[in-house]
Amino acid sequence: MPEIRNYTLNFGPQHPSAHGVLRLVLEMDGEVIERSDPHIGLLHRGTEKLAETKPYNQNIPYMDRLDYVSMMQNEHAYCLAVEKLLGIEAPIRAQYIRTMFDEITRILNHMMWLGTHALDIGAMTVFLYCFREREDLMDCYEAVSGARMHAAYYRVGGVYRDLPDEMPRFSASDLQRDKSELDRLNKNRQGSLLDFIEDFTERFPGCVDEYETLLTENRIWKQRTVGIGVVTAERAKALGFTGPMLRGSGVEWDLRKKQPYAAYDKVDFDIPVGVNGDCYDRYLVRIEEIRQSNRIIKQCVDWLRANPGPVMVEDHKIAPPKRAAMKSDMEGLIHHFKLFSEGYCTPPGEVYAAVEASKGEFGVYIVSDGANKPYRLKLRAPGFAHLMAMDEMAKGHMLADVVALIGTMDVVFGEIDR
Amino acid sequence: MNATAKTTPEQRLAKLVDALNIAFVQKNCTIEQAFGEVTLTVPSESLREIAFELYRNSSTFGFDQLIDLCGVDYSTYGQVEWETSNASSSGFGRGVNRDAEIDLKGADRYAVVYHLLSIENNVRMRVKTYLDSEHPIIDSVMPVWPVADWFEREAFDLYGILFEGHPDLRRILTDYGFVGHPFRKDFPLSGHVEMRYDPEKKRVIYEPVSIEPRTLVPRVIREDNRYVNEESN
Repeated sequence: MPEIRNYTLNFGPQHPSAHGVLRLVLEMDGEVIERSDPHIGLLHRGTEKLAETKPYNQNIPYMDRLDYVSMMQNEHAYCLAVEKLLGIEAPIRAQYIRTMFDEITRILNHMMWLGTHALDIGAMTVFLYCFREREDLMDCYEAVSGARMHAAYYRVGGVYRDLPDEMPRFSASDLQRDKSELDRLNKNRQGSLLDFIEDFTERFPGCVDEYETLLTENRIWKQRTVGIGVVTAERAKALGFTGPMLRGSGVEWDLRKKQPYAAYDKVDFDIPVGVNGDCYDRYLVRIEEIRQSNRIIKQCVDWLRANPGPVMVEDHKIAPPKRAAMKSDMEGLIHHFKLFSEGYCTPPGEVYAAVEASKGEFGVYIVSDGANKPYRLKLRAPGFAHLMAMDEMAKGHMLADVVALIGTMDVVFGEIDR
Repeated sequence: MNATAKTTPEQRLAKLVDALNIAFVQKNCTIEQAFGEVTLTVPSESLREIAFELYRNSSTFGFDQLIDLCGVDYSTYGQVEWETSNASSSGFGRGVNRDAEIDLKGADRYAVVYHLLSIENNVRMRVKTYLDSEHPIIDSVMPVWPVADWFEREAFDLYGILFEGHPDLRRILTDYGFVGHPFRKDFPLSGHVEMRYDPEKKRVIYEPVSIEPRTLVPRVIREDNRYVNEESN
């Protein structure tokens, strides 16, 4: 009789289902996983160390590159932490803009998650559908910040600028489109950015229905996700789960409700909670989150229409003065020069600020010694704690289920490796 | 759940501080409140015991989640690269002082910081413990919070802090075969070695870095009167 041995399989780092640069060393007994050891750090850039050498303002673009599918939420956590240190608060209009863009970001993230998760476990079409809607939201990013992904739109004390009055349109010259095609593309871009977003919120629930038609009652989808990667509520807490991973296990915990920041205490929304704690429940939780995000965006659009106002604090020790003031006013020029050459100093101390990012709790811990740069910056990435649970979740499952688990964790290596 | 919904964050924090005062003040711990957060500084030898207490006692503490664990290196705390306090008629010195003395032998050089969250009581706190530079060893909190696993590996990797009782204290973020602990303040930002493919040897080789360190914005500490007044009040 031949000797039966366990087999060690190297999964990734260059594997399309590894969602980036995850290397998994799997110890297999036939097709069943005995032990899994994720190797991370292949995308480690030392963001936290780099931040120690940069003034507070210059660190904001680094935040985009952490979780690079939910960019603005990372900026939000960082800005909240510095604002807490400085003892300032963004104006109410900026709070609503942040709330709206946090939710746009959540939809962006969940679209990416849904598309790739479904693609990994055998549903091709969802990916194409999701990226169609993502494109519109990317345009919103571009309209406010000029960048489709790495926006650097939130600033300490508010947001970079107010929402544009005009939504950028497609032009005829670049791809030689015919007139009717161009009119169709520009149909919902005739008004302001808020008009465009409102149009989006009206048609988006129909799009979510489309995704659900493809997946929710799909036999193959259910076979691949129901009962896979079950985590009980107790284990989820012990393993440091946050966000949809925790809610999927039935724990009703959402920072937007429990420890509200920005304008979340002024908008109306519900928190979906799972029952079984398997991949299918986490899928349902995230789908419902998308619908709730859409609701929040709609409320923010209505509020922002009715309430104009400043979007940045008036304190020119922190926020740069208007360009006209800089050109004509001596004090404005000094403020501008000092802010962009040296930055601002915070009072010494340590703060922790967290937001409910799409993947879970994204936290920023800053130790300041009173200088114009953070003394220590620690980023708490939700995916780091989730991926840690891979060994426990994958034990006893088949090799193919590992792909479902990576998908359901929604891992992004920008934030895990930092 | 309804009980916590009615209380404000300030009330919950005040309740926590009272409970911490009763439980830990005689155990050589200090409690500090700043920026609406509470920090409990504990001696390193009683950390695990205190962690158990914070985890278990659910009506007062019940910190069932360890949100974050990280190391801090305090060896250059408060040092600047650009002196601004002794401005004279000739103005500031323009040169950036990059070679400040680093106190590598300090008794409280390292700190391990734990951020805890109680879902039941909806309150956060920070636990902090200082370690000396010679023996940065501390008990692992994995028996209390299993999530500490990778966080402790990360603190070991980046700061060289050792966690006693951790079953598998390997490097996690740095490269295979990496030498040194990169987040220590005496580790240069550009590192020690760089890597390239050598066409003659036909393999990847490591050699000392060729990048000159440079400072774009010097680190300064300015006494801002707004914050000075706040503290004296």
